[in-house]
Amino acid sequence: MSDDRPDMSRPACPSPLPHHDRIVLGHGGGGGLTRELIEKVFLPAFTNSVLADLGDSAVLPAAWFSSNGGERLAFSTDAYVVQPLVFPGGSIGDLAVNGTVNDLAMRGARPVALSAAFILEEGLDVGVLSRVVADMARAARTAGVAIVTGDTKVVERGRGDGLSITTAGIGLVPAGSRLGSRPAEAGDVILVSGTVGDHGMAVMSVREGLAFEAPIQSDSAALHGLVADLLAASPDVVLLRDPTRGGLAMTLGEIVAENGIGIEFDEGAVPIDPVVASACEILGLDPFQVANEGKLVAVVPAAGADAALAALRAHPRGGKAARIGRVVADHPGLVVARTPYGGTRIVPMPLGEQLPRIC
Amino acid sequence: MKHLAEYRDGDTARRLAAGIGKIVTRPWAIMEVCGGQTHSIIRHALDQLLPPEVELIHGPGCPVCVTPLEMIDRALAIAALPGTIFCSFGDMLRVPGSHGDLLGVKAAGGDVRVVYSPLDALELARRHPDREVVFFAIGFETTAPANAMAVRLAERGGVKNFSVLVSHVLVPPAIAAVMESPGNRVEAFLAAGHVCSVMGTLQYPPLCDRYRVPIVVTGFEPLDLLDGIRRTVVQLEAGRHELENAYSRVVTEEGNAVARAVIADVFEPCDRTWRGIGTIPASGWRLAERYAAFDAEHRFAVGGIVTAESPLCRSGDVLRGAIKPSSCPAFGRECTPRTPLGATMVSGEGACAAYYHAGRFAADREGRR
Repeated sequence: MSDDRPDMSRPACPSPLPHHDRIVLGHGGGGGLTRELIEKVFLPAFTNSVLADLGDSAVLPAAWFSSNGGERLAFSTDAYVVQPLVFPGGSIGDLAVNGTVNDLAMRGARPVALSAAFILEEGLDVGVLSRVVADMARAARTAGVAIVTGDTKVVERGRGDGLSITTAGIGLVPAGSRLGSRPAEAGDVILVSGTVGDHGMAVMSVREGLAFEAPIQSDSAALHGLVADLLAASPDVVLLRDPTRGGLAMTLGEIVAENGIGIEFDEGAVPIDPVVASACEILGLDPFQVANEGKLVAVVPAAGADAALAALRAHPRGGKAARIGRVVADHPGLVVARTPYGGTRIVPMPLGEQLPRIC
Repeated sequence: MKHLAEYRDGDTARRLAAGIGKIVTRPWAIMEVCGGQTHSIIRHALDQLLPPEVELIHGPGCPVCVTPLEMIDRALAIAALPGTIFCSFGDMLRVPGSHGDLLGVKAAGGDVRVVYSPLDALELARRHPDREVVFFAIGFETTAPANAMAVRLAERGGVKNFSVLVSHVLVPPAIAAVMESPGNRVEAFLAAGHVCSVMGTLQYPPLCDRYRVPIVVTGFEPLDLLDGIRRTVVQLEAGRHELENAYSRVVTEEGNAVARAVIADVFEPCDRTWRGIGTIPASGWRLAERYAAFDAEHRFAVGGIVTAESPLCRSGDVLRGAIKPSSCPAFGRECTPRTPLGATMVSGEGACAAYYHAGRFAADREGRR
């Protein structure tokens, strides 16, 4: 018997590769590969006792909620898609944590727990996923919030744009919070917590291959600490919004539409980083319509405006906070900007995505 | 940005405007030709600073707005073809053709991409040799050099899957058309600084002489615009009609010789239809015969697509300066940025969109200027 005959005594099906450096469809199949992804990528990053349980739903210990009574629960969800997935100052991972934390914070809530659902595209570099997951874990630690439950699905190559994340969050609104207890009214003051347009231009400048002396950094950050300081100094804050998609123009537009008031603001008073302003000029974009991921707009009673502004400025996330305008009874439903030349113009809500102008 | 801030100083702007108020003795109608200038005037509310005697008429200088409807329809037809990548400047995507816009074609599966330069489109063609890459080459003289360069580089590099859909328009014939239109009220022009940075200023003195109008080459920043207006008013009050360069930090008499040479190589003059206005003789550029192989109209046989405008839209009267956007019966009613009837309501540089966004419709109804 020659040596080249097959050896049939030990059937040798190839065993599956123990490790992939790219996402394959099987990672979303719910079997061993899914388990492996959870154990190798997600669990080490998001480590906490509730998640480690890996049950069908997370059961939160009562101790996570204080028990002085009267709190209300805030609950929010948001889906995150962005290209590129990683950009100066952050990644889709930071956004997915900070964005949902901020939605809770804008209602005065202290974030408690997040869920995270991932849709991965077949072929995604596992290194990219690990980076994004590490960013989520870091953002969650910084924000003091636990990621307690999650899910992963994989879609075929070409059908997923790399990676998208949906997070939901619950938070506690402290007993006695007066935030939102009355609508905005004429005389109230509009504050913004810092420079506008940073996040959108950080992403855009990478996408368009624009290089600046100092790259524009996304402002992605959790704001509940800033909000807590603000509310402590100025408990009568009327409302808070984070000017994300559509930027300052969208947020002010929503405020006038929902409150039946007008807003007048001073264009020159809105803080804008000079590099962001230059990038907007080059691309023909309006910085007031560009997204932020770590800023808030506050409507505060005139009497408490100075204290509120001082509280914002005293916080590391609000050093460049500014008083930009006021609520007026004239022109309800309209946001009017006063130009540095003394004229006025109406600032519209953006229609859709901003389209760069030809020249 | 430092150098922009210098041209945006509020105190200087108010001083300049007050200075215009001191020298003006009677009403004057001045047309800014360029859409970028219209945008800047409205964005910064500069017209509200001017004395009531000075009326600004917004001219036909938004390249997106004047691109003829049939050219948009040809773009839509090409963009919908399987295997093509259709590239355009961003603000063309929402301009309505007869049936839909490029955003709609994209949503329906067409590969439509926003690029910042025709050279980016050429690069796409190099990276996708199996696809046809088409660039929508619109614009005034300002965008022509880069468009011409892309075609020349495609020819020299043998990039056979690249072509351009050309709808270039030219400023001097438009000035002549405005002056010769019945009922014209324009008494002076601010010429578009960036067009002149390419073409120089030598084409303009003959227009000043023929129509006895002052033409002042003007930049785009608030102080540039106010200085251009001031110089125009000084000439009007003195009865002079000369070419003056108020944008000398950018514009020279001879312009950009290298850019003009590339344009002269790649393009040749042609009659051009301006959306809402009609055909103006020798007011456009098309590809020269030796570059015909790169002409998307021929390559995709869309030259036969001919279409007509919405009867409600009076963008032609707006572009000619015959009416203000807010005087159009459809303005802010049937026609809004969400439901645009004509391109002047779509482009960020369009006079109707500029008025709508600046809230002139409200101000006008309240009886203010």
